[in-house]
Amino acid sequence: MAIFALKRLGVALLVALTVSLITFSMNYLSGDPAITIAGEGARIEDIENIRRYYGFDRPILVQYWDWLWNALHGDLGRSYSLRVPVADVIFERLPTTMLLGACAITFGLTLAIPLGVLAAVKPNSFFDRLALTLAVVGQAMPTFWFGLTLILVFGVMLRWLPITGQASWWNFVMPAVALGYNVAPAVMRLTRAGMLEVLASDYIRTARAKGLRPMKVLFKHALRNAVIPVVALAAVQFGFMLGGSIVIETIFQINGLGYLAWESIQRKDLPMMQAIVLILSIIYVVITFLADMLNAFLDPRIRVT
Amino acid sequence: MSDRILTVEGLEVSLPVPSGTLNAVQGVSFHVDRGETVCIVGESGCGKSLTALAIMDLLPRRARRVARTLTLLGDPLIGVPETKMADLRGNRMGMIFQEPMTSLNPAYTIGNQLEEALLRHRKVPRAKARERAVHLLERVGITAAGQRLRQYPHQLSGGLRQRVMIAMALMTGPDLIIADEPTTALDVTIQAQILHLLAELQREFHMGLVLITHDLGVVARIATRVVVMYAGQVVETGTAAEVFGAPRHPYTRGLLDCIPIPGKTKRGEHLGTIPGMVPSLVGQMEGCHFAGRCNYVIDECRAAPIPLVSAPGRGHAVRCIRADELSRQPAAAEEGAA
Ligand SMILES: Nc1ncnc2c1ncn2[C@@H]1O[C@H](COP(=O)(O)OP(=O)(O)OP(=O)(O)O)[C@@H](O)[C@H]1O
Ligand code: SF4
Ligand SMILES: [Mg+2]
Repeated sequence: MAIFALKRLGVALLVALTVSLITFSMNYLSGDPAITIAGEGARIEDIENIRRYYGFDRPILVQYWDWLWNALHGDLGRSYSLRVPVADVIFERLPTTMLLGACAITFGLTLAIPLGVLAAVKPNSFFDRLALTLAVVGQAMPTFWFGLTLILVFGVMLRWLPITGQASWWNFVMPAVALGYNVAPAVMRLTRAGMLEVLASDYIRTARAKGLRPMKVLFKHALRNAVIPVVALAAVQFGFMLGGSIVIETIFQINGLGYLAWESIQRKDLPMMQAIVLILSIIYVVITFLADMLNAFLDPRIRVT
Repeated sequence: MSDRILTVEGLEVSLPVPSGTLNAVQGVSFHVDRGETVCIVGESGCGKSLTALAIMDLLPRRARRVARTLTLLGDPLIGVPETKMADLRGNRMGMIFQEPMTSLNPAYTIGNQLEEALLRHRKVPRAKARERAVHLLERVGITAAGQRLRQYPHQLSGGLRQRVMIAMALMTGPDLIIADEPTTALDVTIQAQILHLLAELQREFHMGLVLITHDLGVVARIATRVVVMYAGQVVETGTAAEVFGAPRHPYTRGLLDCIPIPGKTKRGEHLGTIPGMVPSLVGQMEGCHFAGRCNYVIDECRAAPIPLVSAPGRGHAVRCIRADELSRQPAAAEEGAA
């Protein structure tokens, strides 16, 4: 188990390093960064000054090393537009996004997994059809459209929930539902398929031959094996959700990283965008690592590889 | 009356299939007394597994099960609520399956799965259950049993897993064990070992054993009684001596001719098989099920259902209208038909 964890950690670090390299190269994505910063109609001397000020004149590897070293020490540069350290803004906004993400994935999984299980235990039943309907609808509906529909119905027409801001927990209900619903269809279908396969397996027959009660057979012997592939999928879906938070936070005016990303794109604030991409990627790498660990716990066969 | 453990009378199992109803088991009857080993033999698809699963009430959900009598130690196994069945399953009767590689849950340790079998039915502390697990693992021939408890199924070979399955079935000290081709998936070298282990345990624990197997050599040695099945029916049953010494049904004779006889059958020589196809079990069938492959078939064989008839005063029964005349002059009939 320890060896497996170390290996996975090594892979995670490598991925993180690659991500940092890609993020760093965003500097040069739109050509000469000094010209971009100086803006249109700038004089040659100004551009040269900016180049020296930001250190764009040094060898590229030295720049990367410097950038990485600073990033590791919590210095992600200064925002072009807000004139404050990027890290300060990021860490102020990060908890909001993490909270939203946690609520959303919790909602998505608590909707998808039980429904998937029920659909598999009673195929072609009412639950199976309900699950299928929700899955089809969920897959066909874009996140932003679903978010707007929620606002229209629960915010404007019924006035049950606050529409924008983050004054209370109630503010998180609609965005979490809109974001989490997106992950449900795939998770639900994989849970159903996995559960159907596991329930038909020989070891479930063995469990029944021992006289175990149906609930024990279902939860101890079947579910644990059926959710193994779901864990990996949920991690991937969480990644998509981080991307989706840009749209949802903007619609619901939630001051998280997603909204910040949207603002930064509009202001062409490169260091800020860079930092957001880096942080979201690192979060994704961490989540994937945790999912690997959870899977290794669930499935002893994984641990040896 | 001797100590009757299992009574099966008129067991029928049918399954809905696209082309109609598959009558997989058609009126099977047999019984198992304490200390007996009853072997069920017959070709693939004749309904052996479904018979076993029907006794355990583990049939596929869409299968239909009917029986005149189906009792374990006098308690009915049919028409009782699932909770009551679950109390008997794994407690008074245990089952060992054909597929040791997939019959253990990959997510739990051997110890966990063994202990669970006892803890479900007895109020004992976990430590006691572990003790029994170690004891039984040693009994079924697994060394370093204490360490094995902490291992996962994927760390064990097929032979070891089947031994674990056997130990698991013994955890509660059941009265009946049903073993459905427990060695078919295993290496030839350990097949006989496992079968003899089962026979030994059956004597030691004084249980009834129902053994489904293709290994007629082993059947001849360990069976108290033999049940020969063909196309969903019992075609011949009796003591091992009766069935092997004086087989009366043409199908049984055919089966026995297929066994390689040490010394007589030359190595590499083609083994005999009964020519012809097993009839479809979908829908109703008139007359003798074996008629299509029988060398002695006459018109009457196809006219009406053939009853299973016991020889007067004995348990040896056969489902063939020509059994008497055929066994009076076996050699002549054999040659005449060949
Ligand atoms: N789940 C099922 N669905 C449909 N048909 C089935 C099912 N299980 C068994 N059958 C059919 O029922 C008949 C009897 O099957 P069974 O498994 O009892 O045979 P068997 O004697 O155990 O054969 P084998 O020696 O191959 O194990 C076969 O024709 C088989 O195809
Ligand atoms: S009843 Fe007729 S067909 Fe059937 S086994 Fe006997 S002789 Fe053959
Ligand atoms: Mg079988």
